[in-house]
Amino acid sequence: MAEVLVLVDHTDGTVKKTTAELLTIARQIGTPAAVFVGSNVDAARPRLAQFGAEKVYVIDNADIDGYLVAPLAEALAAVVEQASPAAVLLPSNGTTKEAAARLAIKTGSGLITDATAVQVEGDQVSASQTVFAGSYTTTCKVTKGFPIITVKPNVLPPKASQAGAAVVNVDVAVSDAAKGAKVTDRQPKQKSGRPELTEAAIVVSGGRGTNGDFSPVEEFADTLGAAVGASRAAVDAGWYPHSNQVGQTGKQVSPQLYVAAGISGAIQHRAGMQTSKTIVAINKDEEAPIFELVDFGVVGDLFAVLPQATEAVKKAKN
Amino acid sequence: MNIVVCVKYVPDAQGDRSFEDDNTTDREGVDGLLSELDEYAVEQALRANEGGEGEITVLTIGPDAAADALKKALQMGADKAVHVVDEAIAGSDAPATSLVLAEAIKKIGAVDVVMTGVASTDGVMGVVPAMLAERLGLPQVTQLSQLSFADGKVTGRRDGDVASETVEASLPAVVGVTDQTDEARYPSFKGIMAAKKKPVETWSLADLGVDAGQVGLANAWTTVENVTKRPPREQGTVVTDEGDGGAKLAEFLSAQKFV
Repeated sequence: MAEVLVLVDHTDGTVKKTTAELLTIARQIGTPAAVFVGSNVDAARPRLAQFGAEKVYVIDNADIDGYLVAPLAEALAAVVEQASPAAVLLPSNGTTKEAAARLAIKTGSGLITDATAVQVEGDQVSASQTVFAGSYTTTCKVTKGFPIITVKPNVLPPKASQAGAAVVNVDVAVSDAAKGAKVTDRQPKQKSGRPELTEAAIVVSGGRGTNGDFSPVEEFADTLGAAVGASRAAVDAGWYPHSNQVGQTGKQVSPQLYVAAGISGAIQHRAGMQTSKTIVAINKDEEAPIFELVDFGVVGDLFAVLPQATEAVKKAKN
Repeated sequence: MNIVVCVKYVPDAQGDRSFEDDNTTDREGVDGLLSELDEYAVEQALRANEGGEGEITVLTIGPDAAADALKKALQMGADKAVHVVDEAIAGSDAPATSLVLAEAIKKIGAVDVVMTGVASTDGVMGVVPAMLAERLGLPQVTQLSQLSFADGKVTGRRDGDVASETVEASLPAVVGVTDQTDEARYPSFKGIMAAKKKPVETWSLADLGVDAGQVGLANAWTTVENVTKRPPREQGTVVTDEGDGGAKLAEFLSAQKFV
């Protein structure tokens, strides 16, 4: 069977859950092979083996980290040339989507981004996406080259299947052209200790109704083990970091539970959260459009409702 | 600096967007406009050129109605516009779109900056800027939340999931901006009047030397097999807080096994 390449999402060898999900999908299409870009592959290998990677292509080249996107695309193209894969799967984030875009042009292959499901029938691979603010689901197939698909987190539960994870080193000489955009400084994001927004099972978000005080939102989130999100209005006001913005131009989330506190529910916000399984909202304005979406809503002041709910949840847990 | 801003005419997100029988976007049923995210690109282009001698050309591909998107950019202050119109383009995917844009940019010529937004508000893939850079062989500095131009270079900040990066490239380059750059200006009355006299060129595929067999729905590298409308959510229970709203919320979460 042809190989299916999976770009490993990792921080210094610590592999993210999305990679296990992609390897699980890859096993349905062909022989999974991980593509590890960076150093410290030894730390990553056991987990890649556990989820079925037969091979691990390793590209350890400082030029890839030092420049923007183009070298990563060249690295992927080099592995593609060596492996002639049946498909390439990548996590969906800003940089990987752009690398996938360049790979598509380099290899003349079709690209599907932000897949929420990948289906395999015989040798035909198709992928689903939600579009128009979550109001439609489309299913697409690649008709030229091999499928390049970027996949969102939490599309399926990863299943373990032990494999050899044989290391294959790939030398990539990054071209001068790909060194045109240089990374001159990199500041890691501060760790909040909370789950990552796009991967969390529960998300609690605050909006204009917080008036800049996110403490009740954060305390409620922490009792539920949830990530904290924010509406564009809250982010634009400088009340919460841009990286936590949920919406059309921010993060798209699809957790088991989404709690919107003090968020009216403009279409741009709904675009980022309305595929959540269960939706709860607290808002003073009973006419707020967010209430059209909810499974449970409270018309009231979040500064009264959230602390009371926090206490009740704490009690229920003990 | 000579700047080309790539913009898209999209169905209004406030309207009820839907699909045609061939699974392409329905452009008849809902009003179109200049994609909101592209306004940020127009704004940054205008600022980059303030007081300079260069020209700002706004470029779009689309049906006749897409001229409205160009008009808005001209009213904001762009100097001229190029509209690529050709029936063969209908239904083009991102690779074909990037091909046509790249050829149009080459024809415009002497370009220092190709400016783009972060994604269109209809397809929302966000891949055309990277594809354009690949096709033009230019450095790609995209998804910038802050940017400045000096000494033939662009410098900017790119916020990723795990880190915030400072990036730089020599010009010419493809420069992409997010909605975290400053708000786009509204056209002034003077701008609206001036826009009426600004040149708009209309080019066909033949003008660009692009073969019709490389674009359009039939030649797309991906095909939409199936479109389903998500069933509307049924509204659940909404209670009014009478001092026990939080307790009721906690009860709901317990019943749903989130606690």
